[in-house]
Amino acid sequence: MTRTVLPIGPFHPLQEEAEFFQLYVDGETVVDMDVRISYNHRGIEDISTRRTFDQVPYLVERVCGICSASHPLAYIQAVEELAGITPPERSLYLRTIVNELERLHSHLLWVGLAGHFLGYNTVFMWAWKYREPVLDLLEATTGSRINYANAKIGGSRRDIPNELAPRILSVLSELEGKLEMLTGAVLDDYVLHLRTKGVGVLSREDARDYCVTGPTARASGIAIDVRRDDPYAAYDRIEWNVISAAEGDVFAKAKVRLLECFESIKIIRQCARQLPEGPIEVPVAAIPPGEAVGHVEAPRGETFHYVVSDGGPCPARHKVRAPSYVNIPSFKAACVGQPLADVTIALAAVDPCYSCTERLAVALDARTRRPLYTFDDLVRLSQEKTARLAREV
Amino acid sequence: MAQALGIFVAGTLGTMVLGLLSKWFDRKLTARVQYRVGPPLLQPFYDILKLLGKETLVPADARRSGFLLAPLVGLSATAVAAGILWASAVNPAGAFVGDLIVLLYVLTLPSLSLVVGGSASGNPFGAVGASREIKLLIAYELPLITAIVTALVHAEAWSFRLADLAAHQAAHGPIAASLSGALALLVSLFCIQAKLGLVPFDTAEADTELMGGVLVEYSGPPLALIHLFRAMLLAVLPMLLITVFLGGIRLSWPGILGTLLAYLLILVFVVLLRNTNPRLRIDQAVKFFWLLLFPIAMLALILALAGY
Repeated sequence: MTRTVLPIGPFHPLQEEAEFFQLYVDGETVVDMDVRISYNHRGIEDISTRRTFDQVPYLVERVCGICSASHPLAYIQAVEELAGITPPERSLYLRTIVNELERLHSHLLWVGLAGHFLGYNTVFMWAWKYREPVLDLLEATTGSRINYANAKIGGSRRDIPNELAPRILSVLSELEGKLEMLTGAVLDDYVLHLRTKGVGVLSREDARDYCVTGPTARASGIAIDVRRDDPYAAYDRIEWNVISAAEGDVFAKAKVRLLECFESIKIIRQCARQLPEGPIEVPVAAIPPGEAVGHVEAPRGETFHYVVSDGGPCPARHKVRAPSYVNIPSFKAACVGQPLADVTIALAAVDPCYSCTERLAVALDARTRRPLYTFDDLVRLSQEKTARLAREV
Repeated sequence: MAQALGIFVAGTLGTMVLGLLSKWFDRKLTARVQYRVGPPLLQPFYDILKLLGKETLVPADARRSGFLLAPLVGLSATAVAAGILWASAVNPAGAFVGDLIVLLYVLTLPSLSLVVGGSASGNPFGAVGASREIKLLIAYELPLITAIVTALVHAEAWSFRLADLAAHQAAHGPIAASLSGALALLVSLFCIQAKLGLVPFDTAEADTELMGGVLVEYSGPPLALIHLFRAMLLAVLPMLLITVFLGGIRLSWPGILGTLLAYLLILVFVVLLRNTNPRLRIDQAVKFFWLLLFPIAMLALILALAGY
């Protein structure tokens, strides 16, 4: 069998980040693929151990530009559990509002990108236009469109004044109408059905084997959601539903995300109406020694932070596991056997986030399983290259 | 001879200008559909000029001659097609017998040149793009030719002269006014969308899949030539449909108003179609042309033979 290798990446218009899928194609059918990630190691976990506990949230919100409320919240919940801190009621509602606004803008962003990947740029532009008011709302509530710096250990950094509630509600009802139109346009489009139904199917069994999370799991019939299964913030105080679908194809993933947007609107609306009075933070003393985990349902799935304290001012160890880390390997189950044209949208359907995922690459020899390069080797390589460049210049 | 040459040169230049203006119309309308502002009128001209001033890069793995000749072949074929159409519109008496057949043949060359260029680029994305382009060509030519034969049946123009079609329509009204003519026009509209390589039939380029496919390795002047003949096709193909189905190209007052209106309507159809659909997979595109449009075109042909 003749196999052509078709590289998607390291730089490819499909995704805005560095990623590399080596597709082995026979004609137009993908017969195998290599998923190679970790082009983007930034040493966040290491930097984290050199920041004080209250500085780390501002660091981890920069793990990912989109999940910049989920990562800090997961970290903060871990530290709060470690130190036995109970944040005040009002701040729990504030956290819920910001996290759901984040989910809204993330899902709308994905819908737009999915349209773009299918060559449907009108959906791309429309979804991103409707996403703008959500970003404006985030700016109005937290002071920033992207890195919100909203939650802090022991509560919230910035209050959402009660006078803002009517504005939040009016923006939401305006958005809801537009979202209904967009959802109808996407879910009822016959040509979109042709391109998304039965495409990139991740079966329930595969989803379980690959331990996928978030909308990727929920679209394959596994209705897991940290917000319901281990409630944090104010999610157990309000009415909402976990959306799931059984098909596991790209269409199901789109449907789950679009319908989740309506649930997010529902959640934010209730929070804005029921916002309890009171303080937004409690004083925090030193963090005692110990370890704890915090997890949050980010737009892409469960974000997991593990924090160890030795009683000092900084975390002794901080481990971040982003949802894309478990979702990305499921590409292999969803893409092998598909025509090339479907693979790109199947790859995008997971909503992979590489900056979230990538921590460290260790290159192992395939046979001996020994590292090909040690740290010293890499330093030596780097120095040699610098010397060579210096000579050439 | 001098007159024919004059018409050819003027027709080619005129089609370039008309094509780039149509490209602007396409981009502007697309932008308005997507809540964007859109480019200024001369932007397509600037784009071509800018590309012409850039370096030509030929990949080490490419077949140099085929890679660089392909855009020239595409451009000359489009220019010949434009020349034939303008000649039959300006000077119907001078048009030769069978110009419609020549035109249809010549109009496959732009696609074939892209196939050659994509294959010669030495890039796997180019190769996949080229294979899709040729599949698409095989898919849409059949319904397109059937639809055009429908028009010939109406006009009883078995000389295959465009001028005879125009003369028939001048006497009896546009062919698209009849049921079979309308069906054939509809089929042809989808076929020219594929010939133009626009969504939903842009699988050969598919920038988010194949990074441009057949165009992936092109840069500088060769890319400018490809953009230029694509823009010219945006003028040539609607002109072909007007000649065959919508009363012919009339250059005299007030007939020119009808021609312009028809031209704009076809452009609007093309632009809206490309902005309200996702890209079809190549197998879906082939099925669409063979299993849906071809039967419709055959139906139109049978209706035309029955006199409808």
